[in-house]
Amino acid sequence: MSPLLTVEGLTVAFPGVQAVRGASFTLDRGECLAIVGESGSGKSVTARSLVGLAGDRASVKATTLDFDGTDLTGLDERGWRRIRGGRIGLVLQDALVSLDPLRTVGAEITEALRVHRDVPRAAVHDEVVELLTRVGVPEPEVRAGQYPHQLSGGLRQRALIASALAGRPELLIADEPTTALDVTVQARILELLDRLKAEGTALLLISHDLAVVSRLADRVAVMYGGLLVEEGPTREVLDGPRHPYTRALAAAVPSAAARGTRLAPVRHSGPPAGPDGCPFAERCAHADDVCRDTPPPPAPLRCHHPESGPVARAVFIGPEGVFIGPGGRALDEPGAVPPARGAYGTTPGAPDPRAVGHGVSLSGIGDTLLTVTDVTKRYGGREVVRGVSLRVDRGEALGIVGESGSGKTTVARIVLGLAKPDSGSVTFAGEPWSALPERRRRPLRRRIQTIVQDPLGSFDPRHDTGTLLGEALAFAGVPRRERRARALELLERVELPASVAGRRPAELSGGQRQRIAIARALAPEPELLVCDEPVSALDASVQAQILDLLTELRSALALSLLFISHDLGVIHHISDRVAVMKDGEVVETGEATSLLAAPSHPYSRELFAAIPALTRADA
Amino acid sequence: MKINTRPARHRALRAVAARAAGAVAVLWGAATLAFFALALIPGDPVTIMLGPFTTAPQSIRDQIAADNGLDKPLFERYLAYLGRLAQGDMGESYQLQKSVAAVIGEALGPTVELALAAVVIAIVLAIVSAVLTAGREGRLRGFVTSWELVAVSLPPHWLGILLLTAFSFQLPIFPVVGVGGPSALVLPALTLALPIIGVLAQVLREGLEAALAQPFAVTARARGLSRRQVRVRHALRHAAVPLATLSGWLAGTLLGGAVIVEAVFGRPGLGALALQSATNKDMPVLIGIVLVSALTFVVISALIDAFQLLVDPRVRT
Repeated sequence: MSPLLTVEGLTVAFPGVQAVRGASFTLDRGECLAIVGESGSGKSVTARSLVGLAGDRASVKATTLDFDGTDLTGLDERGWRRIRGGRIGLVLQDALVSLDPLRTVGAEITEALRVHRDVPRAAVHDEVVELLTRVGVPEPEVRAGQYPHQLSGGLRQRALIASALAGRPELLIADEPTTALDVTVQARILELLDRLKAEGTALLLISHDLAVVSRLADRVAVMYGGLLVEEGPTREVLDGPRHPYTRALAAAVPSAAARGTRLAPVRHSGPPAGPDGCPFAERCAHADDVCRDTPPPPAPLRCHHPESGPVARAVFIGPEGVFIGPGGRALDEPGAVPPARGAYGTTPGAPDPRAVGHGVSLSGIGDTLLTVTDVTKRYGGREVVRGVSLRVDRGEALGIVGESGSGKTTVARIVLGLAKPDSGSVTFAGEPWSALPERRRRPLRRRIQTIVQDPLGSFDPRHDTGTLLGEALAFAGVPRRERRARALELLERVELPASVAGRRPAELSGGQRQRIAIARALAPEPELLVCDEPVSALDASVQAQILDLLTELRSALALSLLFISHDLGVIHHISDRVAVMKDGEVVETGEATSLLAAPSHPYSRELFAAIPALTRADA
Repeated sequence: MKINTRPARHRALRAVAARAAGAVAVLWGAATLAFFALALIPGDPVTIMLGPFTTAPQSIRDQIAADNGLDKPLFERYLAYLGRLAQGDMGESYQLQKSVAAVIGEALGPTVELALAAVVIAIVLAIVSAVLTAGREGRLRGFVTSWELVAVSLPPHWLGILLLTAFSFQLPIFPVVGVGGPSALVLPALTLALPIIGVLAQVLREGLEAALAQPFAVTARARGLSRRQVRVRHALRHAAVPLATLSGWLAGTLLGGAVIVEAVFGRPGLGALALQSATNKDMPVLIGIVLVSALTFVVISALIDAFQLLVDPRVRT
C-alpha cells in the first residue's frame, strides 16, 4: 500500500529567496514525522505548502505531491478547500493568536464542523462538547462558551487542536504546537498528540526542539537552509547524528551531560556556498569547494563529509587558566583544563584580556552575596510570593525553575529592588538592600543588573546600539571621552563586531539583541546578573551561543547569576544550585546535579518527568 | 457561572451610572461655556431682539432688559439660566417668537434623517470597498485608495456643488433643493457621507489587513474557509475595533458637515438653523444648538462604546 502522503522534490520560492529546495518525504497513517530546524530553515513553509497556504507570493512546485491518491499540485482554490480541515488539519503555535480572540472557542470549533460535515444544527453543540472532551478539556460545556483570553495556554492549545480535529482529518500538521507552553502543559499536549497518533492519525510535527521531537516522532527530518539535510528513524538520528548541522543541533541542547561545556560549536565562517551548494557550508568546519559548488549527495544524508561517533564538546576556561566549572569553583584536577583553550585565542596561564578593566579577582568567591529571607509579596490580595528564602554566593549561579505564575519573576523584581517585599528582607553583600530607601539604593543599583527574555522592549527603538551602551556607561560613571572605547570593548566582550554600534536594535537578530542586552548589563560592572528567561525566545543554536557566552562571562568576570527559566535543560546546564518554585513558594533547593538527578519533592518529580529529554533512559 | 452574574450586573450598572454622570457633566460644561462665550460677544441683546431698524426709546429698552432679566449681574443670570435648563426650559428665541425647544425640535428631524442616511451610506460603502481591496494589490486597490484620498481632501461644500452640477443640472435625476421624499435626500447624504467613507474605509482596510496577517486567519483558512469567508466572518470584526477612536471625529464631521450641506442644498435643519441664528445673534437658539451638539456627541460615543462591548469580548472583562 502506498503511504498516505508522498512528497517528492518540493520546492518553494519567494521573490528573491529559495525557501525550500527539493524536499522529499513520505508519511503514513498512525505515523509521526518531525521536521526539525531553526527559524528560517523552511520547515513551516514546507508544512503550509501541504495545505496550499504558503502565501500569495510563494511559488510552489513539486514532482509529486500525493495525498491518498489526490494530486495536490493540480488543485485549484475550491479543491484545496475540500482538503483543508477535512483531510489535512493544521495546528499553529500559540493558540492565543491562532484562535480568533473575538469569538468563543465553541464558535471556532462549530465553524470547523460546519465547513466539512453536514452536522445538524441541533447536534452541533453536543459535537463541540465531545471534541473538547476528546482533547482533554475539563468542563467542556463551560469552556465552549468562553473566549481564548479566558483560557490558560494549555487549554487554548487543546481547543485549537479540537478545532483542527473537527473535520476528522487523516493528517494533522502541528507547527510548533508546544513552543509557548510550560513544561507540564507541554507534556500533556504531547500525550494528546501521541494518543491521536495511536488512533491512526498521521502526524507531521514541525519543531525546533529536538527533545520534544524525540518524545513523539517515529522519524526525523532535519532541515537547514531549505534543504532536508538528514532523515531517518528518530533514535538513529538523535543518538548518532551524522550531518555536521544535526550534530551541532544535538550538541546545542543544554542538559546535565553538557554542563561546563560549550553548547555551540566554535563559530566557523567560511565563504558562502553557491546556489546549488550545501547551505550549511558557510558554517561548517569540514566544508570544501565540492560542498560549496556542487549539490549535496541525495537523501537521506545530504552531506559530502558526514561524521560519526559521539558529539565532541569543548570546555570553558576561566581567568588565569583555571577551569571554572559551572559553579564558579575552580576545579583542582589539572586534567580538567582541556585543550579547547585555543578556541578563545588566549593561552592558558595568561589572564583573559577581556577581564581587564573589570576588576576581576577570584578572591571572595564563595562568600554570600545575596540573601533573600522569608520574603512575601501580595498583589491584589493574592500572595504571589510566599516565604521565599534564597542565597546566592559570589561567583555562583542559582537557577530558579518553575512554571508560569509560580512567582519567579516577582522574586527577580524584588531582588532587583523594583518591587518591595511585604514582609521579609533582601540583603546584598552583607548590607540591607530591600529595606533601603530608594534614594540610598539608587547609587548601588549598578551592582545588580538584569537581562530579560525580550530585550527589544527594553531598548529605546530610536537609539542605535552605540548610544544605548553609551547611556549605560554614563550611568556607570564612565567619563564621556572614554565611553566610545568602552562601548567597543563591551561589544567585543559579547562577541559582536564593532559595526553593530551603528545599528538600531530592530535591525539586529534576536541573538544579537540578547548580546547587546548582556553588554548593557555588563557596562556598570555588576556583581550579580539577574537573568529572567534570557534564552527562552531564541532558536536552539542561538540559545546555545548565548548560554555559552553567559557561562564564559561568568568565569571570566566572576559574576554571580540568578537565572530564571522554565527550561530544566537550560537550568541544569548553567546553575550550580537550583530552587524549584511552585505557587509562590520554594518547594525545594539543592545542588543542581543531585537535585535534578533525584528530586525529593513530589512537584519537582512531576515537573522533571514532564521534561522531554533528548535521550530516554529506556532507549 | 451563576456566582459571577451578580457582580457582573453590579459592574454593568455602575458603568452605566458613571457614564450618565459623565454625560451630565459634559452637558453642564457645554452649557456653561456656551453661556459665557456668548455673553462675552459684543452686541446688546436688546438691540438684537428689537431688530436693526427700530428706534425704541431707552425706557422701552430698559423694560425689555428687565423682562428678560438682562439687567441682573452676569453670574446671577448664569444661575437663573442653569435653573431653567435643569427644568428643561431653554428659553425663547429672540426673533422667532417661539420656544427654543420648539425651534430645535422642528429642525432636528431633517438633520437626523440626513445624518442617519449619511452614516448608513458611509458604513456600507466603506465596508464594501475595504473588504474588496484589503490585502490585495492591483489596479482596483490603487483606484479605490486614491479616490478615498480625494474624498477626504475635498472641501464638502465644493463636493456638494459638484454633485449638484452633475446630477441635478446636467443630468436632472435629483431635485436641486428642498426636502421631499427620498430622492431629495440622496445628494445631500452622499455629500456628507463621502469624506466619512474615505476615512472609514482607510481605517477598516488597515484593520482588515492587520487581522488577515494574524495566525488565526491562516487557521481559519486551514479549516477550509474561503478568503471571503475569512474576511467577513473573522477579520471584519477585528477591523471594527479601532473605530472607537473615531467617535469624536465622526460626531464633529456630521454636525459640521450638516451646516455646510444644508446651506448648499437649501435644506432645513439644525445646520441651517445654526447658521441663521449665528448671523442673527439669536443667543438662546445658539446655546440650544450647542447643547444638542454636546448631547449628540455623548450619544454617539456611548453608542460606539456599546458597539465595542458587543464586538470585543476582551473589553468586557
